[in-house]
Amino acid sequence: MNIINTISLWALPLTLILILTLGIIKKVPIYETFTEGAKDGFKVAVNIIPYLVAIIVGIGMFKASGIIEAIEGNFSGILNHIHVPADVIPIMIVRSLSGSAALGIFSDIANSLGPDDYATKLSAIMVGSSETTFYVLAVYFGAVGISKLRYALLVGLLADFIGIVAAIFVCNWMFL
Amino acid sequence: MNYIFYFLIVISIIYGAINGKLTDVVNSILSGAELSVKVAFSLIGIMAFWLGMMKIAEECGLIEVIAKIINPITKKLFNEIPEESPAIGDIAMNFSANAFGLTNAATPIGLKAMEELQKHNIDKTSASNAMCMLLAMNTAGFQLIPATVLAVLIGVGYKNPSEIIVPTLLVTSIAFISALILAKIFQKLWLPQRANQPNKIDNKRGNDK
Repeated sequence: MNIINTISLWALPLTLILILTLGIIKKVPIYETFTEGAKDGFKVAVNIIPYLVAIIVGIGMFKASGIIEAIEGNFSGILNHIHVPADVIPIMIVRSLSGSAALGIFSDIANSLGPDDYATKLSAIMVGSSETTFYVLAVYFGAVGISKLRYALLVGLLADFIGIVAAIFVCNWMFL
Repeated sequence: MNYIFYFLIVISIIYGAINGKLTDVVNSILSGAELSVKVAFSLIGIMAFWLGMMKIAEECGLIEVIAKIINPITKKLFNEIPEESPAIGDIAMNFSANAFGLTNAATPIGLKAMEELQKHNIDKTSASNAMCMLLAMNTAGFQLIPATVLAVLIGVGYKNPSEIIVPTLLVTSIAFISALILAKIFQKLWLPQRANQPNKIDNKRGNDK
């Protein structure tokens, strides 16, 4: 655990040293090359705006309509059977849509129920093991101007679902 | 995507109206639009920095070396992309940055990989199999240490954070591997891409046999 933390801390600085040193050795004009590559930063960021607006506004409206709470109510009975506390259900629904919302709900659970509660552990695993599928799709496909996603969204959501099921099983097995 | 976009907005308005939350729904349009621009603009600086660094890495041959090292794996996952393409090295860097939780570096590198993959794409408006694979890798969000979650847990007085790391790693690995397998399966099942044709309206149905 400590080793991984140390690697995480040093990975970035060491990568920079490696890239720059290699550049100097190979006689690459690193300053000119850097600025040449960096020029695209603005272009890429601006390119993704239309895609982000579509996704973030759509999901924002979805959240504001209160529909997530309605879905939550319908599932709580079944999920109780496999030891999923009602507090965790919103995270399962929101996790693929909005990373900040999932993290917000998780912080609420951790703060109100405390670190030793089963709901805290289960939601920690769910939030820690996932990425916001809709956001990633909007940014990555937006950057190259692709609007036909083919099966990318389906794969992302199925993998998210498998992640949720796996989290429930692993948590049942380790912490019950 | 058309139906999802339609569904998100129309259902939200209808349900919001029934629920008496129509004002909230309408207000969320403005806040969402603002947030999108904020997100995009906050990316500009870090994007420029990493794209600059990656350009040096490419010029000095580092990306090529990395690509060669992971070649046995990527050859299977990205079989449509030539081995010498810089995309392979970019994908490897994107994966490592994600694994170490360096999201700020992972996104620009991933986007650069997307641009390289776009060069090999036969239809520039639709996602190639290689792109779907890269997206599967990224939406699954494989990470060795869930840093943000740990910070919250430690903040509320969690005594033994390593207790949560192993199960999270297990779950994220299961989801990641499933994503790769699913992407491979759908690659075979899904309708293959068709090349962009100059007079594509005429040819839209004509090529079906």
